[in-house]
Amino acid sequence: MIEQILTASVFASTIRLATPYILAGLGETFSQRSGVLNLGVDGVMLMGAFFAFYTALITGSAVLGVIAALGVGLILGLATAFISVTLKAEQGISGIGIYLFGLGMSELLFQQWIGTPKSVTGFPDIFIPGLSDIEFLGIGEIFFQHNILVYVAFLLIPLSSFVLNHTTLGLMIRAVGQNPQAADAMGVNVTRVRYATVAFCGVMAALAGASLSIALLKVFQQNLTSGLGFIAVALVYFGRWRPYGILAGALLFSFVNAVQLQISAIGLDVPSEFAVMAPYVITIIALVFASKQTEKPTALTRPFERGE
Amino acid sequence: MTQPINQPVTPAIQQLQMQGIVKRFPGVLAVNQVDFEVRAGEIHALLGENGAGKSTLMKMLYGLYQPDAGRILLNGAPVNIRSPHDAIQQGIGMIHQHFMLVPSLTAAENVALGMRSSRGLVLDTDRVGAQLRELAARYNLKVDPDIPVWQLAVGEQQRVEILRALYRGAALLILDEPTAVLTPQEVDDLFRVLRQMTADGHALIFISHKLHEVLAISQRVTVLRDGQKVATIPTAGATRLKLAEMMVGRPVVLEYERQPVQRGAARLSLHEVSARNDRGHEGLRQVSLRLCSGEIVGVAGVSGNGQRELAQVIAGLRPITGGSIQVDGRPVTTADPAAINALGVSHIPEERMVDGVIKEFTVAENLVLQEHGHPRFTRAGLFMNFRRIGEACREAIKAYEIKTPGGDTPIKNLSGGNIQKLVLARELSRRPQVLIAAQPTRGVDIGATEYIHRRLLAERDRGTAILLISEDLDEILALSDRILVMYEGRIVGEIPREQVNIQQLGALMAGSSPARPGD
Repeated sequence: MIEQILTASVFASTIRLATPYILAGLGETFSQRSGVLNLGVDGVMLMGAFFAFYTALITGSAVLGVIAALGVGLILGLATAFISVTLKAEQGISGIGIYLFGLGMSELLFQQWIGTPKSVTGFPDIFIPGLSDIEFLGIGEIFFQHNILVYVAFLLIPLSSFVLNHTTLGLMIRAVGQNPQAADAMGVNVTRVRYATVAFCGVMAALAGASLSIALLKVFQQNLTSGLGFIAVALVYFGRWRPYGILAGALLFSFVNAVQLQISAIGLDVPSEFAVMAPYVITIIALVFASKQTEKPTALTRPFERGE
Repeated sequence: MTQPINQPVTPAIQQLQMQGIVKRFPGVLAVNQVDFEVRAGEIHALLGENGAGKSTLMKMLYGLYQPDAGRILLNGAPVNIRSPHDAIQQGIGMIHQHFMLVPSLTAAENVALGMRSSRGLVLDTDRVGAQLRELAARYNLKVDPDIPVWQLAVGEQQRVEILRALYRGAALLILDEPTAVLTPQEVDDLFRVLRQMTADGHALIFISHKLHEVLAISQRVTVLRDGQKVATIPTAGATRLKLAEMMVGRPVVLEYERQPVQRGAARLSLHEVSARNDRGHEGLRQVSLRLCSGEIVGVAGVSGNGQRELAQVIAGLRPITGGSIQVDGRPVTTADPAAINALGVSHIPEERMVDGVIKEFTVAENLVLQEHGHPRFTRAGLFMNFRRIGEACREAIKAYEIKTPGGDTPIKNLSGGNIQKLVLARELSRRPQVLIAAQPTRGVDIGATEYIHRRLLAERDRGTAILLISEDLDEILALSDRILVMYEGRIVGEIPREQVNIQQLGALMAGSSPARPGD
């Protein structure tokens, strides 16, 4: 039975399904590292998913779909930054507001502009020449037969890690999240850094949404993400605010997802509700153990006030 | 990098002037028409009580606040300093009272923060670290640039701050109460570095409320009181008494008359008590002590060496992991704070705004926080008796000279000194057998400090056993009959009042352990 479940195609789906978690989780990592908790990720994902899908449907171009998603993500990211950085609103509550806005708005636009379920061609899978043919352990199928957004997501992990740990920008982001007063005293523009990370978080969330609607599922429906954005926020805690931690968490969750799909596909007698619940239960357990981390940005959720 | 630092810095600030500076906060005129001037090669002390406006004035110079009126001139030309970034560009650096370091970053990373890197977007912390080592060697400031700052002792953290300012080419350096967290030896080292910096042509502003330090290090001193400038005078020729009088506005007493100690029975004893600190590490290690009626035992030490944990375990606010505690011979090792209170133990907590009072509550409410259920203050044991509470409150306000518009004023509107007097009133009104006083005069003005000190001495003469935990060595020396020194969670020495020697005390506080008396 194990051989029936743990097939190469399950591992390939694990990689593929990890994409939205990674993209949204990386964005959230930057936001939280700078001290801003962005709980609106799921709503921004839905908006990104919708606009990517709608644009791809109208124009037939998945690339234009991604560009539309990036634009929406940027706008919503800047709006989030305005609310939490400039207006200093309570970040948990305002984030839920952004989420509910995205949830309702994407649904409304879908009803008004599209109406009936449709599907798009979206991004095709790209077979990496040479590598995708590797038969050994199914490596070719697992790693090298995916759509472009999957490759982008995985390449962004080392890049994000490098930016955070080895660049002046990363140093500023970490400092602003740990001790904004000190960063300010050293001439760092705290507001500008936080605007940048929160806007980036929006862009990445929208891209994560697009990866669902025009690359993975190639459909749009109400609440397409079903809380995936919240899992991405939890992943940041689970991953101890590190890009490689996000990768580990994303793979764990996407693996559970993939196994769940496989179990129902081969008709095993396991109530599918258990499998649906599993990621959330694992999230809670993981958070209990991850909650006492010293890596946590100490200024997380605290607005900056000069001279305090 | 903004400026190469391999050669000795050639400061570009000859003279800095602040003219007619005014700063208002809601309801307070914090700085009122103040003129101030500092020149290259001098240490200019800024002296005043808490709330006199020293820090506010300097925060305006560093761009943290904007003045409401007045102007700042650099070498005679007006400058506009809108942010710390602008100040750094002008060659102004500041060593803050609460260090402005990011604890999780290394010293080199803290220095590189906010600076342009020699590798463009990519960090050059290795090069910064190497240059930092050179600079450290030149000023004889020992620092390892590659260790996360939270692992450094406070004295080392301060050296990182000073090096950072030098690295950034600060020609004028503001030092906000730089000695507050240092041992006497570290203060000497700091003064040596400051003198070397002025010899190199730097201009230094030294903010302090400690008179002997101002006399020891500065060439000129400006005294502020209630936001206004009292005078600027040459330090040569000034005396402690004269400066204290300028600071407070009336003659002050710097030494107290004290009765010989009448040591009675042991009230409080700790036997090999251990406890964890907030980080989960060992904060207290096998601490044993005995506190007798009629004596004040001072606990000296650099901040963070277990003093806070010591006060908390005695008050029942922190669980202990080993050992035992007795009050009047009764074990209270596992007792809760209320039970310990009931045995006659009072506690003046270190963080008065967090653990001592409820900020939003009124003076009267804070006064009966513990005893609100006492028959004295209730009707039928259920309802609060506001008439009695009001009476008790008026009595306390009078007896303890608490300056407040009335008993129903929210406590947050009172000054630090008056809040502390209120805490003292509450704790002493219960006529305690044992009093734990943690940092009783931190952030308190000289007048209130004097009052609190007299009150503590009176309690001692009445027969109360007092444990005085303080980072202010002057306070320890003025009040204690015996002095215990804490280092890394242990009591590393005990010195009777008659045998106190500052050098020995400082060495114990720094963790070097010369032969202890009695060993």
